[in-house]
Amino acid sequence: MTSAARLLDRIQNSRDILGVLFLLPAAALLLVFLTYPLGLGGWLGFTDTTIGRPGVFIGTDNFVSLARDSVFWLSVWNTFLYTAIASVLKFGLGLWLALLLNRNIAFKSLLRAVILLPWIVPTVLSAIAFWWIYDSQFSVISWTLTRLGLIDHYIDFLGQPNLARGSVIAANVWRGIPFVAISLLAGLQTISPSLYEAAMLDGARSWQRFRHITYPLLTPIVAVVMTFSVIFTFTDFQLIYVITRGGPLNATHLMATLAFQRAIPGGQLAEGAAIAGAMIPFLLAAILFSYFGLQRRAWQQGGTDA
Amino acid sequence: MRSAAADASGTDYLESLPRKLVTVYLPLGVFLFVLLFPFYWMAMTTVKPNAELYDYKTYSPFWVVHPTLDHVKKLLFDTSYPSWLWNTVLVSVSSTAISLVASALAAYAIERLRFRGSRYVGMGIFLAYLVPPSILFIPLATMVFRLGLFDTRLALILTYPTFLVPFCTWLLMGYFRTIPYELEECALIDGATRWQILTRIVLPLAVPGLISAGIFAFTLSWNEFIYALTFVSSSEVKTVPVGVITELVEGDVYHWGSLMAGALLGSLPVAVLYSFFVEYYVSGLTGAVKE
Repeated sequence: MTSAARLLDRIQNSRDILGVLFLLPAAALLLVFLTYPLGLGGWLGFTDTTIGRPGVFIGTDNFVSLARDSVFWLSVWNTFLYTAIASVLKFGLGLWLALLLNRNIAFKSLLRAVILLPWIVPTVLSAIAFWWIYDSQFSVISWTLTRLGLIDHYIDFLGQPNLARGSVIAANVWRGIPFVAISLLAGLQTISPSLYEAAMLDGARSWQRFRHITYPLLTPIVAVVMTFSVIFTFTDFQLIYVITRGGPLNATHLMATLAFQRAIPGGQLAEGAAIAGAMIPFLLAAILFSYFGLQRRAWQQGGTDA
Repeated sequence: MRSAAADASGTDYLESLPRKLVTVYLPLGVFLFVLLFPFYWMAMTTVKPNAELYDYKTYSPFWVVHPTLDHVKKLLFDTSYPSWLWNTVLVSVSSTAISLVASALAAYAIERLRFRGSRYVGMGIFLAYLVPPSILFIPLATMVFRLGLFDTRLALILTYPTFLVPFCTWLLMGYFRTIPYELEECALIDGATRWQILTRIVLPLAVPGLISAGIFAFTLSWNEFIYALTFVSSSEVKTVPVGVITELVEGDVYHWGSLMAGALLGSLPVAVLYSFFVEYYVSGLTGAVKE
């Protein structure tokens, strides 16, 4: 055997060398375009970079000025409000829809397929439809309510702060329900029906069956699904950018849209990076929560590790 | 053997039909109406002539009297919409292909080669999945600019894998886990190399997983917005979501007809793909959520 052949042989039989080789393309892509920019973003937050001018280190000046910036604090408040309300609604309605779909109903697979549509189509494009539905002059919701005699003038959905907040939350919930419902449905389908039969023989009411069988068995998957949902709602950008651009009076600006506005059209890259960086602590908290959620799942199934 | 799903509602016969109508079909109908209404509204607006679109007094907004394809025609012949569609296809297909190859190799390495530290790499991939584009786009924009990739399709093709690779790898790891070890051991004893095992045994068995990951990655790239909005500025290289929102909205006058036509046409490709592969989507979605 020549030395080259022996080398080839060694490579083909070593898990460590092969592992590194197989991992190389994915690792290269992620290190260059994910890990490095993550670090770079952190660094940018401590500089005075603008578009067209590389900045110098200026310490925590960006964060100090953000701390005095009422628009920034408004966007933080909006982000938490948006995430909290939208997540609760998505969870409640999604769980309800999942429970309905888990019943013995006609056209079950067709219904399941159709319901996922809002989640499949590009968010930006469905957001435009919502923008049109919320139009101040031609809103179909206003038209219907007027016809029913419930209101006497058209609602200015996107013109008043709280109405605008409610409107974008409704659009976000609309888009998020299918994901929650279909994931929870998959979880529901793993629960053995014999558990329900046994409970019924013991005289458990439907609420008791939900509370003592469905809920505990579904908790692990709920933890994971809601972590995903919370993270992607917290960092949402598209819906707000399309429907309100942060208005009226910054009432719907989220941290992501404010970061974009300051960094790209405004040119203040460093300030935008600082705003985006301010989201990281919350994301870390959510990821830790997810990690312990997964741990609990393994423990509940009698496993020892995650 | 009956699956758990098939008889999940084994005790349903105990419930009377009228009661079921109110507790199941009524709320289900409301859900369905709300979830599908925006699509109906998109389609309705697309085919309505302007005269009907802005006159609710004489025409009901829910119906169209004289359907027209004017808005679609305007979109296809008077705007750059066809080139946005082409760009979106090009970028989505390329980034999906790159991500699938990289992910299949990585998932096999993590799940089956079990090299030293593979567990931590797996964890890292999961964490990478949780890094949202909205905190990456600013530093990525500066990188794209320095690399001279600003305003090119390549910028998008190279950055989309940041969210596609973690997702596909995670999904494929789950699929590879279901392939019996014994098959690989047999092949190893027969003298197959790891590369042969991957290409001749594992990948053919993982085709459903590859399809799931592929169509999901394609959909995610098709729907991507923030990177495309930031890294591209000329009309010729824009993708559909960015083109519709930046170029069809002119000043204060919104051409709702062509906007809705743009939204509808841009949604159709993924909706059609989805209708062919519903089961793969569902398994992709739930596979990504389960560990």
